[in-house]
Amino acid sequence: MEERSTFPDLSEAERKALEELMPDEMGEIISSGIKRRHFLKLFAVTGTSLLAANLLGIEQLMARSVPIEEQPPVLIENGINVSFQVNGSTQKLTVDSRMTLLDTLRERLGLTGSKKGCDHGQCGACTVIVDDKRVLSCLTLAATCEDKKVTTIEGLAIGNELHPMQASFIKHDGFQCGYCTPGQICSAVALMGEAKNGDASYVTANVRKKEKSVKLSNEEIRERMSGNICRCGAYPNIVNAIREVHGDQAVAQVWQFADGTI
Amino acid sequence: MRPFKYSNASGPAAAIKAVTANPTARYLGGGTNLVDLMKEDVMRPSELIEVTRLKFSAIEKKANGLSIGGTATNAVTANHGLVRENYPLLSMAILAGASAQIRNMATNAGNLNQRTRCTYFYDVNMPCNKREPGTGCGALHGINKNHAILGWSEKCVATYPSDMAVALAALNAVVHVEGANGAKRSIPFAEFHRLPGNHPEIDNNLKHGEFITSIELPPNHLADKSYYLKIRERSSYAFALVSVAAALEINGNKIKDVRIALGGVAHKPWRATIAEQLLMGKEATEANFKAAALAELKNAKPLGQNKYKVGLAAKAIVRALEGAMQGGTYGAMEAGSTTTNQN
Ligand SMILES: Cc1cc2nc3c(=O)[nH]c(=O)nc-3n(C[C@H](O)[C@H](O)[C@H](O)COP(=O)(O)OP(=O)(O)OC[C@H]3O[C@@H](n4cnc5c(N)ncnc54)[C@H](O)[C@@H]3O)c2cc1C
Ligand code: SF4
Repeated sequence: MEERSTFPDLSEAERKALEELMPDEMGEIISSGIKRRHFLKLFAVTGTSLLAANLLGIEQLMARSVPIEEQPPVLIENGINVSFQVNGSTQKLTVDSRMTLLDTLRERLGLTGSKKGCDHGQCGACTVIVDDKRVLSCLTLAATCEDKKVTTIEGLAIGNELHPMQASFIKHDGFQCGYCTPGQICSAVALMGEAKNGDASYVTANVRKKEKSVKLSNEEIRERMSGNICRCGAYPNIVNAIREVHGDQAVAQVWQFADGTI
Repeated sequence: MRPFKYSNASGPAAAIKAVTANPTARYLGGGTNLVDLMKEDVMRPSELIEVTRLKFSAIEKKANGLSIGGTATNAVTANHGLVRENYPLLSMAILAGASAQIRNMATNAGNLNQRTRCTYFYDVNMPCNKREPGTGCGALHGINKNHAILGWSEKCVATYPSDMAVALAALNAVVHVEGANGAKRSIPFAEFHRLPGNHPEIDNNLKHGEFITSIELPPNHLADKSYYLKIRERSSYAFALVSVAAALEINGNKIKDVRIALGGVAHKPWRATIAEQLLMGKEATEANFKAAALAELKNAKPLGQNKYKVGLAAKAIVRALEGAMQGGTYGAMEAGSTTTNQN
């Protein structure tokens, strides 16, 4: 097993920045990686001015994939050779026919952003985008993904630039524990495409009226996002975050720091 | 999950041949039902043949109506311009089901073949005649608040969960299937699913290996007045307690054609033929709707925990017919909730 004490793989600059901000936590971060707890602490110690700059670096650290060893082939029954793109890079793997896309992403490719919530298609935490459509990776067999293009939460930012939906979820605090967030964000990103296509939902006033693109009301956003459950109940903030990206105009932030700043 | 052989179908003939030859082989559509049931160890196929890349996804006008591909996804079907314009009932019903992610994966053929959500069926430690014939029906005297009120037998009281199928029943759809050696047949929708009788392990009249190639929707004059009402425990992403597909054609002030189908009440989509017959030629008034609904539900036999469904279904029929009369627009009949304290 690979020596884990080198994880996460911090650059000199990242190590220095973290050491300055959180000297007490450094040992733990080096041995077990960055946790949301550290992220929140960072949030508290940096205040507003430093926040934006640090946030990006930390987001990237958190999204960095964990090195995973290849499974010895003997564990694979009914092996299927499959090749598909994940976040722009081609992956060629031999998978057990039973392997879901979710387990493949998490266990074989080290992309642990997509979450295993219920593992039965009922919660949406595993939502990823396959060929521009949001789907549930827990009910998708990896073997079915030949030649497909998979985008996970790790593939949404471009370099240091967050996807607008990620930035909006942060601005609007569209989460508490964060477990459902990767699925929520992937789902919301695909929803923007569906709205542009003029797709209808069960609450669309008249399905017979096909429009080029649809403007989503709060009720529409709720209905169309109902496949992503949030046990913390961050729904109002999630709706605000999506509304801001969908409407292309700022939606007022409803939370503030204790000192009154936002 | 138990090990199974997997392959992508190279062509329809090869896929049909392979599944026909192996009694425990299955087609794999979107996998949203089958993979779930395999994880639960309820279904144990030895072989899966993936069919979503086969060329049966077209939605196109044909001489006898609109043809909808068996492997087209629920999402594409619900949003297709021809479906939205001519069969809004089907769009509404599909969009009332599951979630956006699941509708993107689910195929139309897979939807028709999905299995019951009875919790005893899902729990391999429980008796269930549908899962394991001869073990008894756990729900008959057990937890049965979500179960059938019509057409059940002592052997099984499960309901059939699809929303799409309720609309297809109302629209007199025809299911086109192909078996081994190119043998084709067409199954009228009313004969596709079955009541449990003595063999609840058989959900429908598809033979092993028969592949659903397309679903045909005959032309009608119901598009102006159709409505799918779904009543559930939360306002989205839940299976129906009761649902109603309702559609009308009015001539002068008389009902020329009327279709009513119920979901969540029986082992198959329940066509309310008694109510329909009572309404033909009558005026589309609330009183007539009520009388028809009550006549249909007169034969209901509720179980220990689901008497509420009888009243609910009767009121839902009235509300769905009124929704259809108002042009089938969402909102008119919903007011953002699914409470049933109207009338
Ligand atoms: C959390 C959750 C909530 C849901 N809520 C709803 C709901 O509210 N309303 C609703 O209607 N549905 C609901 N569904 C069910 C969903 O609609 C079905 O799972 C889906 O339609 C099945 O389609 P599929 O292509 O994924 O089928 P699969 O799972 O791939 O297959 C199902 C069955 O169909 C067979 N099959 C597939 N293709 C063919 C073919 N061409 N010919 C013959 N047989 C074939 C398979 O062998 C299998 O036996 C829900 C599902 C989940 C997981
Ligand atoms: S109702 Fe049907 S599916 Fe449910 S336990 Fe009884 S036999 Fe099984």
